[in-house]
Amino acid sequence: MSTTDWSEMQPLLTQACRDTFYMVGWSALVAVAGGLPLGILLVLTDRGGLLSNTVANKVVGQLVNVARSMPFIILMIALMGFTRWITGTTIGRDAAIVPLAIGAIPFFARLVETAVREVDGGLVEAVQAMGGNTWTVVRKVLVPESLPSLVSSTTTTIVALIGYSAMAGTVGAGGLGDIAIRYGYQRFETQLMWITVAILAVVISLIQFAGDCTARALYRRGGRSSPAPALRFLKAATAGSRTA
Amino acid sequence: MHSRTGTPTPVHPTVTETPVITTSGLTKTYRAHRSHGPEVTALDGVDLHVREGEVFGVIGQSGAGKSSLIRCINLLERPTAGTVTVDGQDLTALVGRGRRASRALREARSRIGMVFQHFNLLSSRTVRDNVELPLEILGMSGRDRSRKALDLLDLVGLADKADAHPAQLSGGQKQRVGIARALAGDPKVLLSDEATSALDPETTRSILQLLRDLNRQLGLTVLLITHEMDVVKSICDSAALMERGRVVESGTVGELLATPGSALASALFPVGGEATGTDRTVVDVTFRGESATQPVVSRLARTYNIDISILGAAVDTVGGRQIGRMRIELPGRYEDNVVPVGFLREQGLQVDVVTEQDRQPVPVEEGAHK
Ligand SMILES: Nc1ncnc2c1ncn2[C@@H]1O[C@H](COP(=O)(O)OP(=O)(O)O)[C@@H](O)[C@H]1O
Ligand SMILES: [Mg+2]
Repeated sequence: MSTTDWSEMQPLLTQACRDTFYMVGWSALVAVAGGLPLGILLVLTDRGGLLSNTVANKVVGQLVNVARSMPFIILMIALMGFTRWITGTTIGRDAAIVPLAIGAIPFFARLVETAVREVDGGLVEAVQAMGGNTWTVVRKVLVPESLPSLVSSTTTTIVALIGYSAMAGTVGAGGLGDIAIRYGYQRFETQLMWITVAILAVVISLIQFAGDCTARALYRRGGRSSPAPALRFLKAATAGSRTA
Repeated sequence: MHSRTGTPTPVHPTVTETPVITTSGLTKTYRAHRSHGPEVTALDGVDLHVREGEVFGVIGQSGAGKSSLIRCINLLERPTAGTVTVDGQDLTALVGRGRRASRALREARSRIGMVFQHFNLLSSRTVRDNVELPLEILGMSGRDRSRKALDLLDLVGLADKADAHPAQLSGGQKQRVGIARALAGDPKVLLSDEATSALDPETTRSILQLLRDLNRQLGLTVLLITHEMDVVKSICDSAALMERGRVVESGTVGELLATPGSALASALFPVGGEATGTDRTVVDVTFRGESATQPVVSRLARTYNIDISILGAAVDTVGGRQIGRMRIELPGRYEDNVVPVGFLREQGLQVDVVTEQDRQPVPVEEGAHK
């Protein structure tokens, strides 16, 4: 068991943190940007929805299911051509963002779908009766009314992405998970591994905490006091653990 | 005073003879599961005529098709057949292709207010912002929106709750916000689907009073759907009774009360009393205004030298009018009383003979007492 001194570890960990935040940050952004419309579309195209279209709904739903059930490491390999086309390379941080984001889009889309489905159909009807179109319904009802749930879904997605990003080390993207695997598993430098694990635990807890607080604040902003979102967090968390 | 049917006299100044909502042959069938499954006929050729400025109540049991009717009027539900005309515009002609509403239809909808049983307020918005929502859809600028929303909240007596969230309001207050919101587009017509059904009796009264006031002040035409007879009784100028997708009775309250055997009339204004024995004829006599049946009844007794017992009597206000009803009992079977019943009818009174079997008033046939 070798001892690495702090002056050696510190720059290593700092760089790893930076890499993780970089990958997770960008891929989460893309996942939200892509998954939000996709999730809403899944609700709208469903039978009885505003844009009811069975074929489109089935196709999108099936795509989402396949992408979600794909193990991340396989997705990463399968997407290599696409990744090179986007980033010009298949290794490094930037190259890791592509499969991370693409893997997270359907994951987030399903969470969005669940959240948006919970919006009371009466509200949609009320806006239609006022003369609102589908876009109005999305902007003024579906998104704002499900915002607390959407925030929890985002939190769940970010936490899941931190998990996936550990595997991004296999394409030389670095990051905290990569350090834990390389030093802890391959070189038996357990001290460094445990420090990494501790950092990951703290980061994940902080993100979860911040996410929960935001969601709860948004929920309370509506003058409600019941602890309803707690249940939803639980649901989102179990939904997350199924695939993570 | 005893004007029989015919020209319906305006109940209050805002009612005119201009039709504001007209449906003709309105039919709606739903298909249960997918394309196979049995069809449900929710509306079966409904003809409805709502005059400008009146409060029109549609009453019927659950499942009668009331909600389908009101939702077809602003085309939230697309009718299977028939037409809907609101304020001179044929809305059924405006439906676009596919499921999406055309721009013209959406514009027409913005001029029709709608109030819901469960209020349907956005929990993410304050009361004021909820009222502003239709104005946002209409594209009104921020400052105008804010001013108008406050005016509307003032109108419904909730100006002090502008910055509260719906979750902080009582049911009655929520419905007031719903009404303020429905009025934002300056509608000529207000549709209300069981607006008071989620409220307690006290709150129901105050919300109905508000609707009545708005109807009077703004000349607003109100079409309301309810399963409670009291709602019709307290604010409606006209009413229709729905059963299994059909309108089975319809007219002004006055007309309905003057219609022999009208189920709506007897429900609006029930009068009890059991026959004291067999071989008796029980008759419901309806009169309007201040005139009393008392002299008529005593004259009847004197003229035909019969003993008349009064089983029950009531005077009530229905649709803003004084209505009296009396259930009297004449000795002998109906066949023996053809002449006295004819006498009552000659006095301009409405007479319904109550059969022994069901104790329900049945219409007196025109030719029954020849
Ligand atoms: N969206 C729908 N799909 C299938 N059947 C429906 C739908 N809406 C209403 N119905 C049926 O139509 C009939 C009338 O319903 P509704 O108009 O809601 O009546 P009411 O409002 O008088 O209770 C009922 O038999 C109901 O089950
Ligand atoms: Mg109903």
